[in-house]
Amino acid sequence: MTTLIRATDLSVSHAGADLPVLSHVDFQIRPGEIVTVVGPNGSGKSTLVRALLGHVTLSTGRVERLPGLRIGYVPQRVHIERAMPMTVRRFLSLPRRIGDARAAAALERTGVPGLERRQITALSGGQFQRVLLARALLSDPQLLVLDEPTQGLDQPGIVAFYKLIEEVRAETGAAVLMVSHDLLVVMRASDRVICLNGHICCEGTPQAVSAAPAYRAMFGADAQGTLALYQHHHDHDHDHDHVADGRPDGPACALSH
Amino acid sequence: MLDDFLTRAVLAGLGLVAATGALGSFVVWRRMAYFGDSTAHAAILGVALSFVLSLPIYLGTWAVAVAMALIVAHLTGRGQSMDTVLGVLAHSALALGLVGVSFVPSLRVGLDAFLFGDILAVTRTDLAWIWAGAGAVLGLLVWRWQRLVTASVNEELAMAAGIDPARERLILSLALALVVAIAIRIVGALLISAMLIVPAAAARGFSATPEGMAGSATVIGAISVLGGLAASLWLDTPAGPSIVTISAIIYVVTLMICRR
Repeated sequence: MTTLIRATDLSVSHAGADLPVLSHVDFQIRPGEIVTVVGPNGSGKSTLVRALLGHVTLSTGRVERLPGLRIGYVPQRVHIERAMPMTVRRFLSLPRRIGDARAAAALERTGVPGLERRQITALSGGQFQRVLLARALLSDPQLLVLDEPTQGLDQPGIVAFYKLIEEVRAETGAAVLMVSHDLLVVMRASDRVICLNGHICCEGTPQAVSAAPAYRAMFGADAQGTLALYQHHHDHDHDHDHVADGRPDGPACALSH
Repeated sequence: MLDDFLTRAVLAGLGLVAATGALGSFVVWRRMAYFGDSTAHAAILGVALSFVLSLPIYLGTWAVAVAMALIVAHLTGRGQSMDTVLGVLAHSALALGLVGVSFVPSLRVGLDAFLFGDILAVTRTDLAWIWAGAGAVLGLLVWRWQRLVTASVNEELAMAAGIDPARERLILSLALALVVAIAIRIVGALLISAMLIVPAAAARGFSATPEGMAGSATVIGAISVLGGLAASLWLDTPAGPSIVTISAIIYVVTLMICRR
């Protein structure tokens, strides 16, 4: 099976820091997969994403991307200066200019049709995230990379956004790599979860990870909630065809950091 | 036609404005105002050097401004705070420039012309420098427009599209150095950043897109040049400061009309 991105023995250190942000991480993502990276603040989630995209210098290991891989990227906390006038329509034409029809279709697809003439800074948080997603979809990506895409959204907004991601995946067949804090919701939407804390603590199907001791040590009470929710969800979902192929017994993260 | 000093002044001002409208918009979007100011102050050192080495002042000021941009890029890349680096460099260069000027007796009297500009004294040669410089800046900005705008919106988005934000930042710094060099004869070292910032700030209120803002800033700049020169002629006020004053008035008016 082809792999879109494969990282082997990836380590990243920031200048002046004692400990590496990421050490010896192996990662791969295949076409059509939804993979979510969870982990506490400072666990290197965003660094992993940026390393996979080639935005940071590696201290060990390497990243292989499928030649010509088209990536649609939604970075964390995109902030647009109020000093810069920018309509939604103009924003969609960065960095490549696109036609009106494609712009309208992309906005329609992400559930925010007709926003073209609005100023970006006048959008609500949810609308802005959908515009960012629309822009990411314009390159017809084989892989969507979303770094905490639901930050600042309320609970219904978060649920709706993940539902949209699943729809987009089903429609376009794009693989999705997400970084998230929203344990409860995101794990249900994922094929595979990676629990990160400087290194990979555990990874596998959502139910395998939510039962893993390393995951539960890391997220405590939240993890209990996920497990309960996941099992509840699982009990009532009879077409579920996940195979529990995870490695639930990674090193205990809470102890090693 | 170019024999008339007023015609030359108008052409010099419009040449400058052709570059400052778009570049000034980037300065506002990227919060480079202090950077522009610092580069302009450092240009006084360039004036002194040009006189000592008998170079055209455009070359001397441009060289110093470029050196300034490169040193700032290097030091901030090493983790120094932008504010501090600019403060140290700008004022050191200004002080050094003023010390240098004291060794050039002919300049001691004429320094005002470089601090506040002397647009009414531009020659045909000045015009050639100004239009060549402005043309180069405008060409550079148009050529890299999409990349520059993307990098100004968000560096992560730019990197994901294969754009190197550090390179685009450097290009803007070099363009700024060029503008400082051509503006020093027109509005002087102290008012260069006003020509960059004030028209762009005035244009912000009624612009919907980056291109709209750059275009409006250029038009406002042109109106300021014409209005400032007219005021200077009728009221016998200094030309450079009059141009900036007109810009400032337009800014206040747009602020009152467009409440965004």
